[in-house]
Amino acid sequence: MGRGNSIALVLLVLAVAGLPFVTTGSYTLTVGIFSGINALVAIGLCVLMGSAGQVSLGQAGFYGIGAYVSSVLSIKFGLPVALSMIAAMAVASAAAALLAVPALRLKGHYLAVATLGFGEIINVILNEWGPGGPSGFGDIPHLSLFGYTLSSTTSNFYFIWLCVAAGLVFSLNILNSMTGRSLRAIHGSETASIAMGLDIVALKIKVFVLSAIYASLAGALYAHYVTFISPSSFNLFYSVLALMMVVLGGITNVWGGVVGAVIITILPELLRKFEEFDVLVYGLILTLSLLFLRKGLVPLLIEKAARLKGGTDARA
Amino acid sequence: MFTVFLQFLFSGLTVGAVYALVGMGFNIIYNSTSIINMAQGEFVVIGGLFMWFFSETVKLPFFLSAILTVLAAGFVGLLMERFTIKPLKSNDLLLMIMVTIAVSILMRGLLMFKFGKDPYSYAPFTEGEPLNIAGAVIQQQTLWVIGITACCIVLLFLFFNRTMMGKAMRACAVDTTAAKLVGINVSRVVMISFILSAMVGAIGGIAITPISLMEYDKGPMLAVKGFCAAIMGGLGRGRGAVIGGFAIGILESMTAGYIHSGMKDAVALVIMLAILFFRPAGLFGSVAMSKLRKF
Amino acid sequence: MRFGKIMLSVVMSVMFVSLLFVTAGAAGKEPIKIGAILSVTGPASFLGEPEKNTLVMLQDQINKAGGIRGANLQVIIEDSKSDETQAVLAAKKLLEKDNVVAIVGPSTTGESMALVPIMNAAKTPLVSCAAGAPITNPVSEREWIFKTPQYDTSAVEAIYTYMKKHGITKVGIITIATGFGDAGKKALHEIAPKMGMTIVAEEKYGPKDSDMTTQLTKIKAAGAQAVINWSVGPGQVVVTKNWHDLKMGIPLYQSHGWGSKKNIELAGKAAEGVIAPLGRLVVWDKLSDKHPQKALLKKFESDYKALYKSEPGTFGGHAYDSLMMVVEAIKKVGPDKKKIRDYLETGITKMPGTGGVYTMSAKDHCGLDAGAFEMVVVKNGDWEILK
Repeated sequence: MGRGNSIALVLLVLAVAGLPFVTTGSYTLTVGIFSGINALVAIGLCVLMGSAGQVSLGQAGFYGIGAYVSSVLSIKFGLPVALSMIAAMAVASAAAALLAVPALRLKGHYLAVATLGFGEIINVILNEWGPGGPSGFGDIPHLSLFGYTLSSTTSNFYFIWLCVAAGLVFSLNILNSMTGRSLRAIHGSETASIAMGLDIVALKIKVFVLSAIYASLAGALYAHYVTFISPSSFNLFYSVLALMMVVLGGITNVWGGVVGAVIITILPELLRKFEEFDVLVYGLILTLSLLFLRKGLVPLLIEKAARLKGGTDARA
Repeated sequence: MFTVFLQFLFSGLTVGAVYALVGMGFNIIYNSTSIINMAQGEFVVIGGLFMWFFSETVKLPFFLSAILTVLAAGFVGLLMERFTIKPLKSNDLLLMIMVTIAVSILMRGLLMFKFGKDPYSYAPFTEGEPLNIAGAVIQQQTLWVIGITACCIVLLFLFFNRTMMGKAMRACAVDTTAAKLVGINVSRVVMISFILSAMVGAIGGIAITPISLMEYDKGPMLAVKGFCAAIMGGLGRGRGAVIGGFAIGILESMTAGYIHSGMKDAVALVIMLAILFFRPAGLFGSVAMSKLRKF
Repeated sequence: MRFGKIMLSVVMSVMFVSLLFVTAGAAGKEPIKIGAILSVTGPASFLGEPEKNTLVMLQDQINKAGGIRGANLQVIIEDSKSDETQAVLAAKKLLEKDNVVAIVGPSTTGESMALVPIMNAAKTPLVSCAAGAPITNPVSEREWIFKTPQYDTSAVEAIYTYMKKHGITKVGIITIATGFGDAGKKALHEIAPKMGMTIVAEEKYGPKDSDMTTQLTKIKAAGAQAVINWSVGPGQVVVTKNWHDLKMGIPLYQSHGWGSKKNIELAGKAAEGVIAPLGRLVVWDKLSDKHPQKALLKKFESDYKALYKSEPGTFGGHAYDSLMMVVEAIKKVGPDKKKIRDYLETGITKMPGTGGVYTMSAKDHCGLDAGAFEMVVVKNGDWEILK
């Protein structure tokens, strides 16, 4: 983890720790909670796309598996929430591994459609066999840890962002490890990586599973915070939204996922004043940001910062 | 028993014709740019809604309305390409696809403002009772949709194989740089592919609205199904998209008929996935060809 | 080039920020604030659109007539985009930023369910515009939650009662694969054994599907004596057309979501003979003058038509009832959350609304029964009440 990442992480921790003290009420924190949940999904997708170069339009499927498995286990089988969350992540990883074996043979648009198909199949299953069907179900218990129940907005906010921070550190470490370098090699040239003796299939599957774990954790956190879920929260639109977060923030840097998620979550809140025009303004802002930011916000900022630094160095 | 099967088949053909027409539009842009245009569904919606506007509100005759609608859609395609794809000048396909998604959100917003959220419909091309074949019925409009799909295939085939412009478009898809070197105006080719695909989408919209009605937010569903059709048949293959579309439509209908209607989307998707896993470039696509492409 | 782009973005941001300030409302005498969370956009916008229009119209009418207790009424409408997450955020915003005394909506059952814990925690009354029974049941856990639409089971009872009178006992049901259709399907199953009905076929379709002849063919083959379609949106028109094309020879019943002239227009000739249980809003002109709802329905529908050139439909009516109940409570007990809640529970007795005549109690936070529906058939492009 480079110096830049450490500084950014410290800043993030400070911002998260401080936010509940500078805001009144729970509205801002709730926006923060959903930002954090989306950020987890986006980090996973960022690792998958930025390093392994794979596109997924099926993250909503894993997100939904996380939410449903965890809720069902805790309600129907009375499992402690923490345990059912871990079980949910296990189920999602298994699903991801099963999907990855055949799907990762596909390339580009074909892979995108395969993952899209997977997400839609999960959505149909939730609609058909999920408890409550399309109407969804409620009264999902809050997460309890060491005898403390996370029912308040503030405690959920802290816990979810703790997960985000942990997820960030973990993914940064992976990307800086042998695995990360191998992944980037695959992204650069698959043929060359194979020639160098990398087991690219295994690596790709690992990253795919990892992205599913992030998404399912996010789903479980969502379910145990909102305490009501229905299949419509886990459809293709969410997968596309997740992709949008990552592209907007920048796929080449996991921080891009976090920044993109926060922007995409906050944007509709800022646009509430436009009432019905919000769809229009939202579309316009998305289009323009993609046109102007291109590589994504975070890589662009890093580039700018580096150039600024380079500039002063040259003058000195 | 046979009558029931025939009815399921006709239902599948009706739905499949819709998917096929949308799927074809994807291929035109893909063939010249390798982009999947996620706003393709919105072109179809524009077709249906503009047609309603010209024929029901302005009260223009049928053919004039249809021509105006197709031209208007072509113009929207032109605007989209000139204002988003061209200035982007990027080789990053993912970014370009995301831009088309953003544009589709924008277009949906605009359509919502003009037309509201209600569904619209107008009279089918020919009035009259549905045809009865061996006890099963098929709407006349379905035959129109299938006929129009067939015409579009033939015309597009001729365009891509017999005209200079069409050949230039195919060349661009394989290798843009090489195309430039042999003197092809790549920017113009891309522009024309957007216009053409918007027009094909609008023709589809005009044809299917009397069957399925049209509302501002039908685009994403049409795009997803059309995308699946194009992929199943093999991207870039005109007839592939058509066969893919009909295959998905009939699969859905048979699943609804013989398994359960709640599972129809899932079963169709599972079979599509299975096909992809065994033939990674779709039914008619060649793996060797697809390796040449960037995406 | 680079500079131009930066300038453009700066200009864009300035415009954006200034817009935010321009739209912020003007100050005046402290108005009474009621929040509303509606699916103005997204898949359920067919509900949110008339609901929003209704609330805007009522707000203006009430303020022109002098407001409530001398203060202006301000209805702050938030769009939930038909999404539960957005509904949760909207509720938090209304409760904390706007300090509303009550919330009207949301439009769908799922969104309403997602708000139950929030409203209970915030001790603020919510009057939902969605029909699902779990929204208000069990009442002991839904202290602050009310709803105005009729129960789905009431609509089903009305259909089954009518069917039995006409000797139909075997039905095939076809429902849309959304919360609305799912709630209908559950109600159809729940009531069937009590009324001696058998469901011989059960089919589904997606909200954007374009052909349902397969499902209808199966229902016919299963030997049903009637088809019941439970949906809203374009699906109900497509089902009607397919039913007509197939010449099924058995009657088609629709849910209470059928109550819009637009559906008759879109389905054309195919709609003739379709039967549905509808609230009295669409048939007010056919009611006797003594009917307690008639005057109110007439005023509401004609005002709405004059203003928006379209029909409010059943769903606009839900918003009307929800808002007017809250307004009634504030008129009686003032803008106090606890007092409003108590009044809604005990004070709403025999109050005529668009959905029926309401009587709330500590056991029933909806206050309607099957009597809220009339069985209506489409005849010559118009509604006709069946006796």
